[in-house]
Amino acid sequence: MRVLSDAWDYLTTASSWTGDGGMLELMGQQLLLTLTALVVATAVGLPIALWLGHLGRGSLLAINVSNVGRAVPTFALLALLVVADWPGTRELGPYGRAGLATIIALTLFALPPIITNANIAVREVSPAVRQAADGMGMTGAQKFWRVELPLSAGLVLSGIRLALVQVWATATIAALVAGPGLGEVVIDGFRRTNYGKGIAGAIVIALVALVLEGAAALAQRTLDPVPKTTVRKRRRGMSERLPIVAEEADAVGT
Amino acid sequence: MAAVSSASSAAEPSCYSRLTNEWFCRQYLEDYRQEIVDATVQHVQITVLAVVLSVLVAFPLALVARRLPRLETTILAASTALYTIPSLALLPLLVPFTGLTMTTVVIGLAIYALTVLVRSMLEGLRSVPTEVRASATGLGYGATRRLLKVELPLALPVMMGGLRVATVSTVALTTIGTIVSFGGLGNMISDGVLTNFRAELMTASILCIVLAVVLDLLIVGSQWLLTPWTHRRVAT
Repeated sequence: MRVLSDAWDYLTTASSWTGDGGMLELMGQQLLLTLTALVVATAVGLPIALWLGHLGRGSLLAINVSNVGRAVPTFALLALLVVADWPGTRELGPYGRAGLATIIALTLFALPPIITNANIAVREVSPAVRQAADGMGMTGAQKFWRVELPLSAGLVLSGIRLALVQVWATATIAALVAGPGLGEVVIDGFRRTNYGKGIAGAIVIALVALVLEGAAALAQRTLDPVPKTTVRKRRRGMSERLPIVAEEADAVGT
Repeated sequence: MAAVSSASSAAEPSCYSRLTNEWFCRQYLEDYRQEIVDATVQHVQITVLAVVLSVLVAFPLALVARRLPRLETTILAASTALYTIPSLALLPLLVPFTGLTMTTVVIGLAIYALTVLVRSMLEGLRSVPTEVRASATGLGYGATRRLLKVELPLALPVMMGGLRVATVSTVALTTIGTIVSFGGLGNMISDGVLTNFRAELMTASILCIVLAVVLDLLIVGSQWLLTPWTHRRVAT
C-alpha cells in the first residue's frame, strides 16, 4: 500500500498542483476541452435529432449512432487522428498539443448520447398528447415548442448529461496519445513507474467526474420544465437503452 | 491500396517501413502475424472474463434489488457512480489492490459492465407479466423454480439486449487496459502511436470493431437458440 501514501504525498504537495504543467493547469485545460466538445456536439446534434423526432423519424439514426459510438474504441479513434497527417498533433489555441484531434474525437463521442436521447424523447411523446395539440389547432412549430419540447426536456437534458460524463472520460484518454489534459499525470506516473503520481492523477480525475455528474444532475433538475422526480428517475435510467433493446428483440424475432 | 503494395517489389522497402508507413499493409499482417494473434487472444480473454464476472455479480444484485426496493436505489446509484469514473482513472485506482495484472483490467471492466447489466436484468425481470408469475405460483412453483423455469426465460430477450450492450462496450474499453500493459489490441494501438506505426494502429483498430461485431452476433445467435418461442410465434 506504499503507493497510496505516495499518492497522498503527491496530492498534498503544492508544486504538483501549481506551475507549468501542474494539475490545476491540466484540469483547466481538460474542462475547457470537455465543455467545447459538449457545446459543439449539442449545437450540431441536438437540432437534427429534435427535428427528426418531431417528424417521428430517426429511430434508425438514433440506434446506429449509439451502436457505432459504443463499438469504436475512443482510444483507437484518438490514436488514428493523431497519427494521421491531418489533424495529427497540431496544436489548437488553448487546447495544447494534439488539441484539434482531441476536440474532433471528443465531439464525435459526445454525439451518440445527445442524438439518441433527444430523438427518442421527442418520438416518445404520447400520441394522445400530440392529437390533443392538433385538436387545439396548433401548427407544427407550436406543437414542437409548446408540447413536445417541454415534455421531452428531461430526457434531452439527461442525454447531454450523459455526454458530459462520456466526454470527460474520453478527454482523459487523450493523454494516452500525447493529447492534453489530466490523463497526462496518470500516464506519466505509470510510464515512469511513479505509481503514486499515477494514482493521485486518477483520484483527481475521478473526483472531478463525480462533481461534474453531480452538478449536471442539479442543472438538469432545475432546467427541466416538467420535474417529476420519481417517475423521471426510472425512465431516465433506461432511456437510452430500452428502445434499443426493444428494437433488437424485434430484429431477432423476424 | 492493393495496387500500391503489389507494385513494390521484394527489394523495395515493405509497405510498413518508416518511409512508406501505409495504413493498410498486407506484408505487415504476414510478418507480425503472431503478435496480432496474441493481442487478439488477450483481448478476447479480457473481454469475456470481464463480462462473465460482471454477469455473475449483476444477477444476484438484480435479484436483491427486485426483492428489496429500498436497496434498488442504492444499488443503481452506486453502480452509476462507478460508471461515471473515467476508465483511465478507475484502472489505476485498482492497481494498489490488484497490481499491474490482468485481474485489474478484468475487474475494472466488469465494474463498467455492471451498470448496464443490473439495469437490464431488473428491467427483464419486471417485463414478466404479473399474471404469468401468479399462474406459475398457482401451478405450485416455488420461488426458485419459478425464477429459473418461468421468469428467467421470459426475461431473457431484455437481459440479452443488456448483455449485448455490455459486451460491445467492454470490447472497446479493453483497449484502455494498456495502461497496465494488459490491453489486448490496445497494446498495439499504444505501440502504434508511440512508434508512429500506421499499419499496426489501423489493424488493431479494425480488429477491435470486428471483434465487437463478432461477439455481438454470437450473443444474438445464442439468444435465438435459447428462446425458440420468440421466432416461432412470429412465424405463425
